Amino acid sequence: MTASALEAWFMREVWPLEATLMQYLRQNWRDASAAEDLLHDVYVRVYEAAREQVPEHPKAFVFTTARNLLISRVRHSNVVPIEVVADFEAMGLAAETPNPEQTIAARDELRRLQDAIDRLPPQARKVVMMRRIDGLSRSEIALRLGLSEHTVASYLKNGMSALADRLYGGAQGTES
Amino acid sequence: MSGEHSPDLTAARAIKDRAADWLERADRSEWSTDDETQLEQWLSESPANRMAYWRVKSAWDRAQRLHVLRAPAGDAKEEGAPRFKPLFARAAAALALLAAAGTATLSFTSGPHETSYATGVGGREVVALSDGSKIELNTNTSLRVRLSQHERSIILEKGEAFFQVKHDASRPFTVLAGNRRVTDIGTKFFVRRDERHFEVALVEGRAQLDAPDGTLAHPLMLSPGDVVREKGRSFVVERKPETTLVNQLGWRRGVIVFTHATLAEAAAEFNRYNTAKIRIADPKAARLTIGGTFEADNVDAFAHLVRNLLGVKVERHGDETVISE
Repeated sequence: MTASALEAWFMREVWPLEATLMQYLRQNWRDASAAEDLLHDVYVRVYEAAREQVPEHPKAFVFTTARNLLISRVRHSNVVPIEVVADFEAMGLAAETPNPEQTIAARDELRRLQDAIDRLPPQARKVVMMRRIDGLSRSEIALRLGLSEHTVASYLKNGMSALADRLYGGAQGTES
Repeated sequence: MSGEHSPDLTAARAIKDRAADWLERADRSEWSTDDETQLEQWLSESPANRMAYWRVKSAWDRAQRLHVLRAPAGDAKEEGAPRFKPLFARAAAALALLAAAGTATLSFTSGPHETSYATGVGGREVVALSDGSKIELNTNTSLRVRLSQHERSIILEKGEAFFQVKHDASRPFTVLAGNRRVTDIGTKFFVRRDERHFEVALVEGRAQLDAPDGTLAHPLMLSPGDVVREKGRSFVVERKPETTLVNQLGWRRGVIVFTHATLAEAAAEFNRYNTAKIRIADPKAARLTIGGTFEADNVDAFAHLVRNLLGVKVERHGDETVISE
């Protein structure tokens, strides 16, 4: 599989799982503040596996990877959160159920996007819309909003990052 | 990931921040092939970088879909006033549009404000751009299209494509093939790029060729019929009759046209279009010449013909067709 095909696979199969995955990590790891790092480690592990062979059941694979990651973390620490082990069994079942994220229709996706953009901080939202929807350049946006191009770039960067978090839901609670 | 990082910025946060930084840079119109190389370098440094970048980019790519919410061009009269309506109103309109389109899938962009197109070996594809220009991709070709208000830029990664450009003086149309750049001035032209091969031919109109790496002291102005080939360190410009160019564009009709081509050249040409390759086993056979029009994907018909016409020996070894004296 080429890099771009793999990238598309992540876009289609993996990123939409983020909110559920994050919830799972938060519930099963004592230190909820570590969840974002754990999440990222899950992605890296999934990537390294998918590069060799793309899993047939993405959702089951992603959650199994998360579970294995937690187990290896437990082994390397002195703390053993009992509830993790207990929940793994339930997860195993849940991972087999059909994946509602896969059946997202185009219109649902538009709604989610719209919702994600609406929840951006006001300036970032304005800049993201002007850039992404109206296709204006940085200098045009700067002119219209009376900002420096540098500031526009900085809003855009934060907007891009926040958009991913809002859309995939992984960063809920880590941001204001 | 063990933390040297400050407690309020987790390792994942730090990488996500860097990824957004890259994406913001890549979204600018002055993004160059050099920048692209640097980004690729950063991505290959660690899978964590790649994951963070793909993730933030995918959200940005998805947001491209909201482009359908864009106000029609006619609304753009009131200068200075913000051009966008409340997102909700636009979304409602777009949803109605989508509903009408049924389950139609929208094409995803593969990068910041850019769309990728590719064909496999033997493939051919016609792409109509929103500005009215048309691109035809030949076999085993990949390119990226970036359209903005100020420019139309095509990055030809490999292969060959024919461009029919709708002229627009305020939005130059450029084709970047490695370190060679063709700028249209109202044109039909084609560009081919292989590992060792760069070629541009102008069918109609005017175009300019330059080299951002400084290889060319002055930009070359091309006239219809001009074929520029890069050979070693020099550029060779030939003026060719229209029929020759039309023949060279035979792939647009699915054919290859040879006029006095050696078997070696002909085999190389067929091999561009087919995964089942032709090999010329000895130098004597390689020098025989042939002419005619052939279906690009019909290796057997070609092999059959040269056997009968030139009296060469044709053997099949698995997928490979071997021609010898």
